[in-house]
Amino acid sequence: MTALLPRRGLAQILALIVILAVDRIVSPQFFDLRLQDGRLFGSLIDVLNRGTPVALLSLGMVLVIATRGIDLSVGAVMAISGAIAASLADSHGLPIVLAAALGAGLICGLWNGFLVAVLGMQPIVATLILMVAGRGIAQLITEGRIVTFSSPDLVWLGNGAVLGLPMPIAIALGMLILTGAVVRGSALGLLIEATGGNARASELAGVGTRAMILAVYVWCGICAALAGVIAAADIMGADANNAGLWLELDAILAVVIGGTSLFGGRFSLVLAVLGALIIQTMNTGILLSGYPPEFNLLVKAVVVMTVLLLQSPKFSGIAGIAARLRRSKA
Amino acid sequence: MENSLDPAPSLLEVRGISKSFGAVRALQEVDFTLRAGEIHALLGENGAGKSTMIKVITGVFPRDAGIVRLGGEEIAPRSAKAALQAGIATVYQEVNLLPNLSVAQNLFLDRQPMRFGIVREGEMRRRAKALLKDFGLDIDVAASLGSYSVAIQHVTAIARAVDLSARVLILDEPTASLDRHEVEILFGVMRQLAKRGIGIVFVSHFLDQVYEISDRITVLRNGRLVGERETASLPRLELIRMMLGRELAETTSARASAGERIAREVCASFENYGKAGYVTPFNLELRHGEVVGLAGLLGSGRTETARLVFGAERADRGQAKVEGAPVRLQSPRDGVRHGFGYCPEERKTDGIVAELTVRENIVLALQAKRGLHRPLSRREQDEIARRYVRMLDIRPPDPERAVGLLSGGNQQKVLLARWLATSPRLLVLDEPTRGIDVGAHAEIIRLIRELCDDGLALLVISSELDEIVTYSDRVVVLRDRTHVEELAGEAIDVGNILAAIAADVAHEAHA
Repeated sequence: MTALLPRRGLAQILALIVILAVDRIVSPQFFDLRLQDGRLFGSLIDVLNRGTPVALLSLGMVLVIATRGIDLSVGAVMAISGAIAASLADSHGLPIVLAAALGAGLICGLWNGFLVAVLGMQPIVATLILMVAGRGIAQLITEGRIVTFSSPDLVWLGNGAVLGLPMPIAIALGMLILTGAVVRGSALGLLIEATGGNARASELAGVGTRAMILAVYVWCGICAALAGVIAAADIMGADANNAGLWLELDAILAVVIGGTSLFGGRFSLVLAVLGALIIQTMNTGILLSGYPPEFNLLVKAVVVMTVLLLQSPKFSGIAGIAARLRRSKA
Repeated sequence: MENSLDPAPSLLEVRGISKSFGAVRALQEVDFTLRAGEIHALLGENGAGKSTMIKVITGVFPRDAGIVRLGGEEIAPRSAKAALQAGIATVYQEVNLLPNLSVAQNLFLDRQPMRFGIVREGEMRRRAKALLKDFGLDIDVAASLGSYSVAIQHVTAIARAVDLSARVLILDEPTASLDRHEVEILFGVMRQLAKRGIGIVFVSHFLDQVYEISDRITVLRNGRLVGERETASLPRLELIRMMLGRELAETTSARASAGERIAREVCASFENYGKAGYVTPFNLELRHGEVVGLAGLLGSGRTETARLVFGAERADRGQAKVEGAPVRLQSPRDGVRHGFGYCPEERKTDGIVAELTVRENIVLALQAKRGLHRPLSRREQDEIARRYVRMLDIRPPDPERAVGLLSGGNQQKVLLARWLATSPRLLVLDEPTRGIDVGAHAEIIRLIRELCDDGLALLVISSELDEIVTYSDRVVVLRDRTHVEELAGEAIDVGNILAAIAADVAHEAHA
């Protein structure tokens, strides 16, 4: 439980290596890195940078899914927080902009958590409400326009660098470490896994299952809001119609690729982020290869199926039998 | 109703049936005989093997040993459908029909009257109407089944089964969700079918109904046949004894005498404690170093009492005290905070977290009690897990194994360990020995005694009266969700408990 990267991460790491190798073939410069103006450049850095929003979303999503829930509203929450950040950026300082945007994410999370934990709604329906309404709220904030800003502070958040790493990557890394420290450093991880594994039994063992569920939705909202701010900072504007559109599905995909079951229970933060990177590595690879982006969706489906097959107990059972047969023949 | 000189021919004969699930022997060499035209009640407490027997007869479960004969011919159906074709129909408590289709469609599903490949709706409705008329039902067969009461759905299911040329009809708790009037309708149908020569197996835990409708009773206990009797000549006390007590063994409480009891301190007390529609308010004192047994039939309010005491259910009246101080028990968390523990009857759904390891399951309650910010380090967890795995002899002795992979007895031990790790003052155990193989059974009983000697207060529910008598210092007897009797010291024996459970029957008999 304390190990951040469990043994079961092999399938994911293998998948990432294979995809990286393919990327290297279609684009020989794929692994080239260069330092320019104190910031690293290169396809690899690009993958990490572009993958940041989904990686952040998956950090929250994996905890929600571990409690046997799901959060469809994260894309809409991104749009809301991006709209708030863009609207305030030129009139307020960065701390206030961040506080407002992340505060909005917290409120969204509380709302979702309230519907699920207190009112007992099914997570998929409960978060569907905000998925639909949230984009409307974001459009109200931007008054239907694309709000642009020029605040250098916020722009730095999207395009700056620390120690050579682009800011978004540094932020995502920081959030991974923070989430890991909070979840595995306290008893939260165990109690979340117990709640997701068997909520009735956990409740009877004295676990505050409602508080657990509320907490994971709040954290998911905050992660989504941060992703929204970074996405807005990256393009120096907020587009309420398209910011974070369909990214909830990528985040769920990332979690599933990371081996966390949609039925709740055991989860891995690192593998969920790895799942997000696998998705982004594919996206980038297809772009670099010159194939039309439509292929992206098909290839994504194939890779997802492969990873899931490798994880399925039935499949490994068949593989195990096949291996034994081969050995017995030899 | 039957001529004893000319006994009705046996229709369904079950001989020496056995069935095991892993180490648990659910049925052991059970015999059962159903005669044509009789209504035969199949009785037993939870886990007695009634459902398993039905499923073995109807081919839902393969049997390990034994034979089934229907009308003298040996049958071995592989599925419920095959059993139906052979002539054995089963209607479960939850009707297995399609509520969104019409009554007529449900009756003729899979065998609609056709002409040129088109269903003849009119013909089907006419036949449905005629069929239901035989059962005394005159309803609109074109309306959807779901729009009718559960009783009519049941009768529809029965009509369908009988029309599929069933000779044996098995009804599994058919009256559980019916009101009195609906029960009458159903009983009318059952009597009529019996008259036609169909043999009916009636599973129920409503003894009044059993006495009202059945000709004969077979009782199972712990997967074994206890006996078969004619209903008319079986006194109710005797029936309850068959269901609960192995025999009137000379087992009296081996526990402390009355003198010692008074010296013990009260751990928790409940005054006029209850909840409307759940359990009648009761008074209960639980003392350190004392085992209180809760006895009664299924549905008598034993589990309900346990849940109120632990805090899993909120009382709406009365006062609970812990070590003399008034407390409020609003949730399991309150119970845990006050040093209570609760091992529920349904281990799989309410007890273990199957996917997590033995270690994680053991530390769960302790961790919940300590709170989020005081996590047990991995070393502490390992130490706790190792200590209890050794102390309770949990097998295999691997704390990192997923608990779902353990046997029932070992899962029960893990749950006990979970609560012992919290150093509780009161443990509530609901059927701690159910579904556990014989070896683990004895161990758990030994553990209950040891824990008690260590000063723990215990409240234990069991359907095994012998067992309750062996370890209890006091026994509270429940009936109809009410605490009706408290036995202590010498007065604790199986006979007295049975008398208390059956007392209302004696009243009725005198009245």
